[in-house]
Amino acid sequence: MDSILSGFLRTIPISLEQGLAYGLVALGIVITFRILSFPDLTVDGSFPLGAAVVARLIVEGVPPFYGICFAIVAGFLAGCCTGVLYTKLKINSLLAGILMMTVLYSFNLRIMGKSNIQLLTVDTFLTPLENLPVNRFIPIIAFFLVVSFGVKILTDLFMHTQLGFAMRATGDNEQMIRALGVNTDNTTILGLGISNAFVALSGALVAQDQGFSDVGMGIGMIVAGLASIIIGEALLGKHTVQRMTLAALIGSFLYKEIISIGLRLGLAPTDLKLATGIMVILALGIPALKREKEGKLHLRGV
Amino acid sequence: MRNCGIGGNSQFLNSESLNYFLMVRVQKLRKVFKKGTIDEKVAIDGITLHVKEGDFVTVIGSNGAGKTTLLNLIAGTFTTDEGEIFIDHTSVTRLPEHRRARYLGRIFQNPLMGTASTMTIEENLAMADLRGKPRGLRWGVTKSRREFYKETLKKLDLGLETRLKDSVSLLSGGQRQSLTLLMATLSLPKLLLLDEHTAALDPKTAQRVIELTEKVVRENHLTTIMVTHNMQQAIRYGNRMIMLHEGKVKFDVRGDDKNALTVEEVVKRFGADLKDEALLCA
Repeated sequence: MDSILSGFLRTIPISLEQGLAYGLVALGIVITFRILSFPDLTVDGSFPLGAAVVARLIVEGVPPFYGICFAIVAGFLAGCCTGVLYTKLKINSLLAGILMMTVLYSFNLRIMGKSNIQLLTVDTFLTPLENLPVNRFIPIIAFFLVVSFGVKILTDLFMHTQLGFAMRATGDNEQMIRALGVNTDNTTILGLGISNAFVALSGALVAQDQGFSDVGMGIGMIVAGLASIIIGEALLGKHTVQRMTLAALIGSFLYKEIISIGLRLGLAPTDLKLATGIMVILALGIPALKREKEGKLHLRGV
Repeated sequence: MRNCGIGGNSQFLNSESLNYFLMVRVQKLRKVFKKGTIDEKVAIDGITLHVKEGDFVTVIGSNGAGKTTLLNLIAGTFTTDEGEIFIDHTSVTRLPEHRRARYLGRIFQNPLMGTASTMTIEENLAMADLRGKPRGLRWGVTKSRREFYKETLKKLDLGLETRLKDSVSLLSGGQRQSLTLLMATLSLPKLLLLDEHTAALDPKTAQRVIELTEKVVRENHLTTIMVTHNMQQAIRYGNRMIMLHEGKVKFDVRGDDKNALTVEEVVKRFGADLKDEALLCA
């Protein structure tokens, strides 16, 4: 019992670091799945896109900060593309995301020129923090805390502006907000852009944190993000935007913690995605088995 | 596009002197669903309808007569096949739905359709406040507008003025429909479209909502088109009634003639066309 507890405590810094870094993915998914009611699967492609852009630019000698900025823009554009496929070309929302995810795979290989780039031997945005004369975790976790909560607060603020209202209403009741004069195509495209910008930022930071970018690092990202959101919402609820964004970050941390406990208890790393998948299936499926109407996810374009 | 509407209008002015006061002009409107298939259905068959400013027109007709389609065409939910629609002397025929919003307030039959349920009462009102206007990065709800919403909600007499920050999902159907009525009329639309907006409510609540509607329309002198299944409602409210049948205007009555109308009389004259049970029971 003691060893489990101490193991739990020892994994907390790692879970915090990773949970907050990946928490931006969960924040992005809140915007699409929760606020826009749009099941966006672009995430599996835009996450490695952010990593690929930042890795290539850093290796080329571009200052890491600018690399991160370009990664964000790339993610934004990728999300907008999915939005255009859905709104203008009338492609089913799930398929639009899958198409972009597939297209981005080739893009990411092109950007990197190979299937992975290692960043251990070059200076990244995080290198100055890691060189501080304190325990590595302290500045790194502080950095990810500031970034993830900064993005969370900006999201909360945006969702309470006139434009944010229009975006929330697009996911809630598209017919109604269109009758009030909002072009819901535009709010959908913008929301998808913002969401994937967050995801690409996450990819860019994770690549620098772990010291490499790999074309396969986005696989299962959407399911992991959904799992994080579901865990967070089970604890905090989802009645307000602030709650939902907080739930995404807390859930992301708890998800990483659960995974590391699982690994400690003997879960094979190869079975991680299976375990995550089962977690999400149970969370989404149990309300249906209990015949609760409310549990059903309201999603557009499927 | 608006220019071409005004151009078309001036040509019209010569032919009809009263044209000035017309808020809505529907010209030879036609809409066919599933064109070219065996399921082809002519929903609207060359309707011409002029509605004067301040008129309250009730529309009746059996199922499939084209009532809701007519509203959908005016609102831009459907595109027209033939004909023109002018609102306040501007052609809106080719404007997409969201660009017509500045002219129109609309309430649907389903109380869930008029409000965003995951958002609060004040957030819903704030969205209606900006009908047809561009939306930017200013705060969605401002302090001064909040006071205005409170005052407006007081008129409903439902106690909603103390629940500004409550999610709309907590409201009953009648409360939601009353809120939708406020939202539809908040920025005084040129035309108010009511699509059987009391049909899904229990009789008592329906009565409350229809009385509230009448009050709001009268106080704001709103030009209104109300589709209803309830013939008593159609006869009692408004100053003009039209009956649609198979996509055409079958009967058009206004003023004193309309006031003198009774349900029995209408059923006697048009019973054969009004196969709809709900209508006959009314």
